[in-house]
Amino acid sequence: MQIIKIDNLKSEVDGSAILKGIDLTINKGEIHVIMGPNGAGKSTLANVLMGHPSHEVTEGKVTFMGKDLLDMKVDERAKAGLFLSFQYPQEVPGVTVENFLRTAKKEVSGIMPMMTQFNKDVKKQMSDLDMEEKYLSRYLNQGFSGGEKKKNEILQMAVLNPKLAILDETDSGLDVDAIRVVYETVQKLANENNAILVITHYNKILNYIKPDVVHVLVDGKIVKSGDLSLAEEIEQKGYESFKNALDDASLSA
Amino acid sequence: MAQKTQIEEVDRGIYDVINPENHRFVADKGLTEDIIREISREKNEPEWMLEFRLKSLEIYKSKPIPTWGADLSDLDVENIVHYVKPNTDMKHSWDEVPEEIKQTFERLGIPEAERKSLAGVGAQYDSEVVYHSMQEDLIKQGVIYTDMDSAVKQHEDIVRKYFMTLITNRDHKFSALHGAVWSGGSFVYVPEGVQVELPLQSYFRLNAKGAGQFEHTLIVVEKGASLHFIEGCSAPKYSVQNLHAGAVELFVKEEAKLRYSTIENWSRNMYNLNTKRSVVDKNGRIEWVSGSFGSRVSMLYPMSILRGEGASSEFTGITFAAKGQYLDTGTKVVHSAPNTSSIVNSKSISKDGGHAFYRGLLRVTPNAVGVKSTVNCESLMLDNRSKSDTLPIIEIGNDQVDIGHEAKIGRISDETIFYLMSRGISEAEAKAMIVRGFVEPITKELPLEYAVELNNLITLELEGTIG
Repeated sequence: MQIIKIDNLKSEVDGSAILKGIDLTINKGEIHVIMGPNGAGKSTLANVLMGHPSHEVTEGKVTFMGKDLLDMKVDERAKAGLFLSFQYPQEVPGVTVENFLRTAKKEVSGIMPMMTQFNKDVKKQMSDLDMEEKYLSRYLNQGFSGGEKKKNEILQMAVLNPKLAILDETDSGLDVDAIRVVYETVQKLANENNAILVITHYNKILNYIKPDVVHVLVDGKIVKSGDLSLAEEIEQKGYESFKNALDDASLSA
Repeated sequence: MAQKTQIEEVDRGIYDVINPENHRFVADKGLTEDIIREISREKNEPEWMLEFRLKSLEIYKSKPIPTWGADLSDLDVENIVHYVKPNTDMKHSWDEVPEEIKQTFERLGIPEAERKSLAGVGAQYDSEVVYHSMQEDLIKQGVIYTDMDSAVKQHEDIVRKYFMTLITNRDHKFSALHGAVWSGGSFVYVPEGVQVELPLQSYFRLNAKGAGQFEHTLIVVEKGASLHFIEGCSAPKYSVQNLHAGAVELFVKEEAKLRYSTIENWSRNMYNLNTKRSVVDKNGRIEWVSGSFGSRVSMLYPMSILRGEGASSEFTGITFAAKGQYLDTGTKVVHSAPNTSSIVNSKSISKDGGHAFYRGLLRVTPNAVGVKSTVNCESLMLDNRSKSDTLPIIEIGNDQVDIGHEAKIGRISDETIFYLMSRGISEAEAKAMIVRGFVEPITKELPLEYAVELNNLITLELEGTIG
């Protein structure tokens, strides 16, 4: 069953085209990985799906959980079950992690979570992520190291229990141990009712997370999709060969 | 007597309740010697106070309206009824307070605040204190907490020693005016070594058209004693311009500690020209927590004079300027003794064309070596129409000091709103969360019910302008 279906999605930032026709379908229970060189549009795809105001969708259609995603406000997308783990999470002074998590949970689920049970659940998730409980009373992302910010993103994912979690370069800025902890947690959160889209240019994470589909995104388009072996092909050949493939394709078109 | 309830302006919820007027005495408009004598006679004051009032009136008439800071040209002082006496006498039990006044206070949460373990309540309705109580153990410890009018008569020696010696009637036009027409306010005396554990609370409110409020607060904390005093102000709004020129004098003796917290939420037509000062002796400490909301114009700069070696001050302030408001606020710190230290944390928010102006003074005298001071000002503008200014003046008289200053002016970042919205939080709530987070360093300094009130005020202020 489909969670998201992206048809010919195109976008611009300040008049320049970034996404040039993305087609992608993700079904329940699947883990997808999108790989690609810097500047290919990987993060743009994540931001467009979440509804970042500076990205303009110029063409295409996205159906998420049976609804028109592009028609929804950012908060409505979250309520519908979309989650984005940010590459650069924002610092919000004066708002504690605990308060933020509870507010977000209330908004996404529509029910104010019971304090005691909620705190218990959160603390369990934190311990899985190797996060100290004291982070609950810290201001959101303020003074957090790169790794702490990313763990905090995955903590939010665990708390909000989305239908589709997009992880935008969650591995960047993490040391090896943190990458393991983070992706093992993500793998644990994956189940037959949700889906995960991992965006990365680093295939070492494939040691910890097992994707069903790997996509290669180059110059705003998905140029190839396949199974795990595609990641190995990337490791051996680099992205250049895919770029060339794209050029050949556009020449012959 | 006017009996109609004015509802010409938008309702601002529980902070804007207007009762029909029912006063037994309204002074003639315009300020004359006769009015001053009448005020004094009504209060049955000692002769020295009357003389002080008359002298102040003379000074007031001779002083010009200040031309710096806010534009006061619309302020017609001669047409403000300076003294309005509510139709009730001092009450010591809540049951005896008239129903109408009680309802107003109940909507403002006063009795509840008291139930929640506040040590005492003195609430000012118009110009006189109508309700007052204090825990018995404080009385046993010799703590005096009463309204200022009673204090003049019952504790004349203490009042006479301190009254308007820190803020004199020669300081500026409005301190002179205050000296002439002051009425009501709180008097607290904490004897040597007494620690008042729970905060003392006083609540001021204006409820008469064209009536200025000139309450005087005098607090003396003797050697080694400590006190937390909370003053909350909230006023309904009227179509006539209102003037508030209160005075707060705080005397903090050797090794003593005083925390003075206040949230002022004046009606949008109020000229709030309040003067607040404290003087701190050796190793004493003054802490100000100051929230300025409402009013059309505010000029408010609580001042700490650190005159004893090792004395310290901390000022935490929040100013919220919305549509049509010019709030000129800040703090002054004078280090006039060695090894004194001060911290200033000021935050301002402006929205809807509001103008928040931070004006601060940090002065270190030539003999005050070893001074440490940190001044931090942050401003947040919620839209492109609003204004924010920062004018921190620093005058250092010697080079053996450690002074830090930081000023930041910013806007709410779209990226941050996007981030919060991506977690299911609406745009309006995301903005409110950011604003509440911005003032959190202030709210956490407040007792819980005040923190809740401050957050409610912010929510009220943000309503309808965001989304």
